[in-house]
Amino acid sequence: MDCSLLRSLINRYCAGEENWVDSRTIYIGHREPPSGTDAYIPQRYPDNRIVSSKYTFWNFVPKNLFEQFRRIANFYFLIIFLVQLIIDTPTSPVTSGLPLFFVITVTAVKQGYEDWLRHKADNAVNQCPVHIIQHGKVVRKQSRKLRVGDIVLVKEDETFPCDLIFLSSSREDGTCFVTTASLDGESSHKTYFAVQDTKAFHTEQEVDTINATIECEQPQSDLYKFVGRINIYQGQDEPIARPLGSENLLLRGATLKNTEHIFAVVIYTGMETKMALNYQSKSQKRSAVEKSMNTYLIVYLCILISKAVINTAMKYVWQSDPNRDEPFYNQKTDSERQRNTLLKVITDFLAFMVLFNYIIPVSMYVTVEMQKFLGSYFITWDDDMFDSELGEGAVVNTSDLNEELGQIEYVFTDKTGTLTENSMEFIECCVDGHVYVPDAICNGQILTGTVGMDMIDSSPGAGGQEREELFFRALCLCHTVQVKEEESVDGIKKGLQPCGKSSSVYISSSPDEVALVEGMKRLGFTYLRLKDNHMEILNRDDDIERFELMEVLTFDSVRRRMSVIVKSSTGEYYLFCKGADSSIFPRVIKGKVDQVRARVEHNAVEGLRTLCVAYKTLAQDEYESVCKQLNTAKLALNDRDKKLAEAFDVIERDLILLGATAVEDRLQDKAADTIESLHKAGMKVWVLTGDKMETAAATCYACRLFHRNTQILELTTKRTEEQSLHDALFDLSKTVLRHCGSLTRDTLSGLSHDVPDYGLIIDGATLSSVMKPTEEGSSGNYKEIFLEICRNCSAVLCCRMAPLQKAQIVKMIKTSKEHPITLAIGDGANDVSMILEAHVGIGIMGKEGRQAARNSDYAIPKFKHLKKMLLVHGHYYYIRISELVQYFFYKNVCFIFPQFLYQFFCGFSQQPLYDTAYLTLYNISFTSLPILLYSLIEQHVNMDILKRDPSLYRDIAKNSLLRWRIFIYWTLLGLFDAVVFFFGAYFLFDNTSFTSNGQMFGNWTFGTLVFTVMVFTVTLKLALDTQYWTWINHFVIWGSLLFYVVFSLLWGGIIWPFLNYQRMYYVFMQMLSSGPAWLGIILLITISLIPDLLKKVICRQLWPTSAERIQNALKQSKKDNVSEISPLSNRKTSKSKSSEHRIPQPTSDK
Amino acid sequence: MMASSYNAKEEDGQLSGAGGSGGVGAAKSKKPDNTAFKQQRLPAWQPILTAGTVLPAFFVIGLVFIPIGIGLFVTSNNIKEFEIDYTGIDPARPCYNCSQTLTWNSTKSCVCKVPFTLEQSFESEVFMYYGLSNFYQNHRRYVKSRDDSQLNGDATRLTSPSKECEPYRTSDGKPIAPCGAIANSLFNDTLTLYYINPNGTESLVPLQKKGIAWWTDKNVKFRNPGGNNLNNITAVFHGTSKPVNWQKAVYELDTDPENNGFINEDFIVWMRTAALPTFRKLYRLIEKKNNMIPTLQRGNYTLEITYNYPVRRFDGRKRMILSTISWMGGKNPFLGIAYITVGSVCFFLGVVLLIVHHKYGNRNNSAEIPN
Repeated sequence: MDCSLLRSLINRYCAGEENWVDSRTIYIGHREPPSGTDAYIPQRYPDNRIVSSKYTFWNFVPKNLFEQFRRIANFYFLIIFLVQLIIDTPTSPVTSGLPLFFVITVTAVKQGYEDWLRHKADNAVNQCPVHIIQHGKVVRKQSRKLRVGDIVLVKEDETFPCDLIFLSSSREDGTCFVTTASLDGESSHKTYFAVQDTKAFHTEQEVDTINATIECEQPQSDLYKFVGRINIYQGQDEPIARPLGSENLLLRGATLKNTEHIFAVVIYTGMETKMALNYQSKSQKRSAVEKSMNTYLIVYLCILISKAVINTAMKYVWQSDPNRDEPFYNQKTDSERQRNTLLKVITDFLAFMVLFNYIIPVSMYVTVEMQKFLGSYFITWDDDMFDSELGEGAVVNTSDLNEELGQIEYVFTDKTGTLTENSMEFIECCVDGHVYVPDAICNGQILTGTVGMDMIDSSPGAGGQEREELFFRALCLCHTVQVKEEESVDGIKKGLQPCGKSSSVYISSSPDEVALVEGMKRLGFTYLRLKDNHMEILNRDDDIERFELMEVLTFDSVRRRMSVIVKSSTGEYYLFCKGADSSIFPRVIKGKVDQVRARVEHNAVEGLRTLCVAYKTLAQDEYESVCKQLNTAKLALNDRDKKLAEAFDVIERDLILLGATAVEDRLQDKAADTIESLHKAGMKVWVLTGDKMETAAATCYACRLFHRNTQILELTTKRTEEQSLHDALFDLSKTVLRHCGSLTRDTLSGLSHDVPDYGLIIDGATLSSVMKPTEEGSSGNYKEIFLEICRNCSAVLCCRMAPLQKAQIVKMIKTSKEHPITLAIGDGANDVSMILEAHVGIGIMGKEGRQAARNSDYAIPKFKHLKKMLLVHGHYYYIRISELVQYFFYKNVCFIFPQFLYQFFCGFSQQPLYDTAYLTLYNISFTSLPILLYSLIEQHVNMDILKRDPSLYRDIAKNSLLRWRIFIYWTLLGLFDAVVFFFGAYFLFDNTSFTSNGQMFGNWTFGTLVFTVMVFTVTLKLALDTQYWTWINHFVIWGSLLFYVVFSLLWGGIIWPFLNYQRMYYVFMQMLSSGPAWLGIILLITISLIPDLLKKVICRQLWPTSAERIQNALKQSKKDNVSEISPLSNRKTSKSKSSEHRIPQPTSDK
Repeated sequence: MMASSYNAKEEDGQLSGAGGSGGVGAAKSKKPDNTAFKQQRLPAWQPILTAGTVLPAFFVIGLVFIPIGIGLFVTSNNIKEFEIDYTGIDPARPCYNCSQTLTWNSTKSCVCKVPFTLEQSFESEVFMYYGLSNFYQNHRRYVKSRDDSQLNGDATRLTSPSKECEPYRTSDGKPIAPCGAIANSLFNDTLTLYYINPNGTESLVPLQKKGIAWWTDKNVKFRNPGGNNLNNITAVFHGTSKPVNWQKAVYELDTDPENNGFINEDFIVWMRTAALPTFRKLYRLIEKKNNMIPTLQRGNYTLEITYNYPVRRFDGRKRMILSTISWMGGKNPFLGIAYITVGSVCFFLGVVLLIVHHKYGNRNNSAEIPN
């Protein structure tokens, strides 16, 4: 990929400035245009080879090693290893080489395997046969040999081999159906259109005679954007130019459906296809814990270096006496004596570094990665997050962020499809103030709304009748719904039972449209199909009405409306426009605007999604001018979108209002409960939606984002029209701060309910002006004020948001001065930007395709699962990993600090205290499994309680378990323990024998004693921290200790033939045969554990955290409940059972 | 066993841990198993460390540790130990002359006699130690300067010792046996003990030189080349050179073939490098002969030293220690004192916790179980 990109870049730039053009010209079928036309600059295009693999057979080893050693940790260990190889170091290179080699090899094998799979997939793709047209014949060719300009024949269910311009189809109307499931996840069939002037070329021979050139932009990654122009030469006439848009562009990766075959011309190949350009590697997100960990690592690196420096300096001070440096019993070799002093200093420094390097262990990285990876399985396994409807549970796309789930401060949620079901139901429509409600009975019966509404009359007159039907027709015509036919039904189903189980299904990318068309069906107007550019409607009298579809002015989120221009069978041109009320009302010149507006507002408050429908009739000449405008806009190569928007703006004007519709989007199951829990957990919830303010606000009330007593602050266009943005902002901030200033103390204590909490509503336009940098540079100021207001609001609703604005908001909060941890949750493609932007992105496996889920870090089936995800899993993972990190540093301080102290007693000679085997295995096997297991299954509080009491989440907010205070506590504890181990052993050994046969122990026994005490202390410390003892914990903790003992017995038990030293021979057994050694071990372990135990008990007693309060209370209540003496385990189970009874399982439905 | 299972897991983690997304996706679209483990609902014991639960532990520790400590302290105090520094730094000391004239490569030995008096008689078996101070047997260069294979009787290593032995690897082109700095610096003072009878005659206190080294060292770790019981031990070491500092070759250390060559116990004891720069090593045993007579009576003694070992240059000290041994080894009051201290501290902490528990105990339980 890199290579071809590089090559094309080089080609472009080396060919000279003037050759670099922003459009490319393609000769269809490589047929030169008639001479006399403009001379086009020939360009070189890459072939159609897709390269997704990273390595080749030859560069695998160097490149992979390079990649791996770019990771700072691996590089560090490599350096240590090399130092050990080069200089004479106290420990064998094996001690660090072996783990490193292991890690590197396993990763390399894994990556190699993955790359091999990619190679295979690439080859399969590159060699798959495609049919191209050469000299009027179909020729098979390998996919990778496709060239730009080739004409390709694609058959049904084949995947397009590259980006193509659609020339003609086997279907009469020049359309084809395509699914882009593998591109953007939308599985619905989309219709693409052949170029008008070539759609008649149906056979190979005909196609081969096309003489045309295509001008189009250079490849770019936007899947939905394409601008081009085709010039068709016929004889010597001026070429006919036609616009090409994304509806003509068939993308690589999409699949042809429901169409026998198509002809198309290749325009982008290989790595220039839009699919390849979209292969973007997601940027790596790093969790707050990881950042703390890296900071700690730096601290430890500093400690390591300073230790080495101190010892080196001390060594040279100590050695200044030659009798110490080289006493008669310990002479140096000649080469040692002759070595340069500076070199010696450096060597000594490095040797100390090597000796102490275990303070930053390889195994920590391995353990953390394993914890994250294995731990993420608990999320996927979670039965509570399994959705039986969807048949899927939660999906973890990155396991790097598990603990970040426990740190969320801001939740940004999409509304449609996330808070709500996104299964739309047509509720009512309102034509000129008359309300029509389709009822459940099949017969499209009309009811006029009467209750509480000011209806002028219940039976519309003749004119009314006409308007009403026009309204229904408008809704039947103004949409982009497709009809999916189960079989080729051509006129068989005459709709005898209009509401019977019809064999056709409506498909659309917008569920609103489906709901509307289905609602119309219930009201008597059935949309049948689009055939030969004619839309067919079955009206109430079972007659088929045909309208010719002239133009579709497609929907976009800026304009927020869409229009169609149709020609009725009587030859009249109609423009039907439907869209959001705010984008329709200003364009309406006639119609019962007030009644409709009242109804729309009423519905919006109810939380319904409203759309307004308007129309206008066009005369022939008007239509023609419209056509011309559209065509010029469409033909434009540059700024086409802008020109189109302008054209639309001109066309959709002077409309006559017909009425409005209301569609209900039901709230998701338990959305309100979830939001409430998130609030209680101290998270701020922001709803970001593209919907209109009233609807969104209603939803927010429904899902209890806003309460009855929430004071709503509005910052909308409406308000900023009256007041300048500046004043509005200052007013709001004053209101908010006045209250908060007086109540800071209460809010700090966290549980003040009577305080009026604030909710802010802001719309997209205002937001962009808040964020827009103004010329005076006061934008920062606005932003600050805005952030200040937001900080004091418990809930914020942002409506009318464009997708990119969502990401901007997330970014704004993310980079504000507290740097809060953000989470974005959404289901649609429009949420992807914010999902990628937030610290944690969660995708809902929704109805609008899988794009959000695929781009997210975690995907869950329903919004309600967020509660368990954050409150339970997030909490657990945070607790677990913070203990993991702290404990790892602690145990390595315990491990290395005695070595440091020992240097003072061995002449700073880098003599290791422990045997090589102990040095190597300490982190790998003696002490690794208990902490790994702890970090996988520890639960300090039952998960039901966590769910029931969201305020427990505040306990761990702001990375509270990895603060400096706690880090220093752990480090000091480690230092204390290390001092106890070392000096305990020192005084025990102090110039005396401690065996009953008077024999003496040597330095290895000393080290082994320290090491034994250490392994036991460190493991028991973890045992003290463990609050959830399953049988696995017992097995692993006691098993580890047993393993240490067994290993030591074995290691010292025989003369190992492959070792060139036998220093550990019988050392461990001799030690165990001595009574004082046992007593000393017990004593030292006790001393080491007491301070931590004491601190724990006192803190729990005097300053308990809320989790600890709950534990205490539970214990108390348990004592009260179970007064009979029963074994502890029994009590436990009875307790957990009872709590299970109290809380019905959220998904007990199987 | 355990290590291998761990490694398998680690591999697993590595495999997909770095990749992240790969493996997890495979598990989807299946309903997760409803096992207690996967749902994180394994039955578990959930101990809570409150003042109430920890209190008894502190008292128990206190009540157990204090008696143990007292016992240890008493035991330690009952041990009789006598120590005498014979380095001869002070001109008034008997060995001053020897210490002044001696250098490490002098061949002539110097004998001096140090008189001392035991105030108490040593009733049980007595252990005689020599002690060195400021002698860095734990210096890295020193510790590794040995060849365990050679000492284990490996014939090839006898002729070509390990590189670690440099600069004590070869001498005069011949390999040194035993090679290395440790062996080279073998402590070679000879200590002899005389009891001065009340009538003024000296009688030699019999010193036993066997049983001072670890049994496993003597019988397994150290072996003469070609087996331990060779009579022609001289022939075995043919072609090797004695360590440069030694006065005699390794096969001349003792006449007893059971205690000669590499399995000489003095040598083995020396080869076990000490942990700290001040150390003592077992030199001889004085066995109790007769139940009626104490092993060493109170009275005057003379320690006769063949002064070979130079320590003056590096400010070293040489000592001779006589000590009895209990089940807990030599005299070491530390353990007893530490036990008593820790026990008392625990007891005290127990009291503090009791107060805390009673004074603040009810405060926490006011929190309700939320529902």
